[in-house]
Amino acid sequence: MMPISAGLGLKPQHFAEARDCAAAGLWFEVHPENYMVDGGPRLASLEAIRREHPLSLHGVALSLAADADPDPRHLDRLAALVQRLEPALVSEHLAWSTWQGAYRPDLLPVPRTAAALARIVANIGRAQERLRRPIALENPSHYLRFGQQEYGEVEFLVEIARRSGCALLLDVNNVFVSANSLGDDAARTIEAVPGELVAEIHLAGHSADPVHGERLLVDSHDAPVAAAVWRLYERLIGRIGPRPTLIERDDNIPAFADLMAERQRAHDLLVASMPLAKAA
Amino acid sequence: MATRLSAYQDAFARALLAPDAAGDDPQVAALTSQPGFAVYRNTVMKGCIDALAANYPAVARLVGDEWFRAAAAVFARESLPSHPTLLDYGEGFAGFLSAFPRALELPYLAGVARLDRLWSEAHVAADAPLLDPALLAALAPREMAPLRLRLHPAARWQWFDEAPIYSIWSRSRDGDGTIGELDWRGEGALLTRPFADVRHRPIGRAGVAFLDACADGERIEGAALAALEIEPGADLAALVHQLLDAGAFSAVESGAHEESCP
Repeated sequence: MMPISAGLGLKPQHFAEARDCAAAGLWFEVHPENYMVDGGPRLASLEAIRREHPLSLHGVALSLAADADPDPRHLDRLAALVQRLEPALVSEHLAWSTWQGAYRPDLLPVPRTAAALARIVANIGRAQERLRRPIALENPSHYLRFGQQEYGEVEFLVEIARRSGCALLLDVNNVFVSANSLGDDAARTIEAVPGELVAEIHLAGHSADPVHGERLLVDSHDAPVAAAVWRLYERLIGRIGPRPTLIERDDNIPAFADLMAERQRAHDLLVASMPLAKAA
Repeated sequence: MATRLSAYQDAFARALLAPDAAGDDPQVAALTSQPGFAVYRNTVMKGCIDALAANYPAVARLVGDEWFRAAAAVFARESLPSHPTLLDYGEGFAGFLSAFPRALELPYLAGVARLDRLWSEAHVAADAPLLDPALLAALAPREMAPLRLRLHPAARWQWFDEAPIYSIWSRSRDGDGTIGELDWRGEGALLTRPFADVRHRPIGRAGVAFLDACADGERIEGAALAALEIEPGADLAALVHQLLDAGAFSAVESGAHEESCP
């Protein structure tokens, strides 16, 4: 089980500090693709951290929304890592990246059709069967208008979760970025997510597109969490209660202490949202 | 017959790398015309280029960021990653550089890329114990001759005939970036991972021949002959000591069986 506390995306430059950090409830999350190796210091460092802290594996490459079965070799390597590290949670994205034998390092979108839904549910089923555990599925950032969609975004996620038995990983920054691109109301989207499906929450920073500016925000994970995203997060946990919450940072990486300060803010909000804290 | 979803993914994937390739898929054509499509194009290219920059740091430092990213973009369009572990991305980058027109004036660049690649391979290779040099030291030469040395999974080596590639690579990778004076002759490199981290050292032609022979399954006597053939005056005791000290071997095995000794 994931601790109901705040965690941090783990970067190799912070291995030693992460291992030795004694902050209450601290857990870490990594992209398993970066540890699918035969051996060596990178995997050894992660195992050392895993001995001290809970760990979550957050995949970016199962390509669950591709119209193809998940790559069995990739799934095998993920299963081996799950067995080795015994993570508290395994999550993935509602997106595709591997197609016709080539991997594109991004989370690519699909139209929300009944056919796509059936394919995604089947692919999640294959993954969960191989990993022998339910996964959590993350809402990606959207930058494109697909015209009339067969499902609303939350409706699509909920239907996938209902049919596949997966949980949801709600990325509040992605909702914010998507709403900004598509002219939706981020608060309404978040309001619509059933709390009982949410296993984890992600918070991250975004940046303005260099060409289009603030009209096109990019989910770049290269900046602190924005004020508007913190406000959405407070409303979310005020409604559904505390959930394991991750501060993600993948580029323009600051000092470990700076990330821990951001993580502490999430931690304090989580503690304040605990039923006991409310009653007191 | 392709489904609508797979036809969409074919067209989307093509359009990511070639702006005019939305083709006859009207759904994807309606997406590529939106400003947001560039976010996907940029993210895919940035992911590939960042991975190559991380995997080829000595090359990147030699040519500078702008040159490197331009070359990496050309490579990425030709060769997307074949799987998602980007630590392994760029297997063909050295070969690409050897034929890249803009790199013609830098004939040593492909060799430097080759050593960056060997470093990456050594970094993620399987863990294994190191052969204790005392095990060999206790043997008389005639006892040693029929045995085989098992290479450590992280051991990598290469001889470069044309240029001091190892000196250029190691100064670019680990030094302050200045290459300085070079003795322009062939050089070999040995990369090992004796403890946690990858280490490297120069190695002569005899050492390379010895390791090549070990990799081919030769007994120690065969490997020694191979070393002497390429360098008749080679000091074999010093050579084997150097390889043991670097951590190139994980075990010594009897010549007759595959069993580990002791």
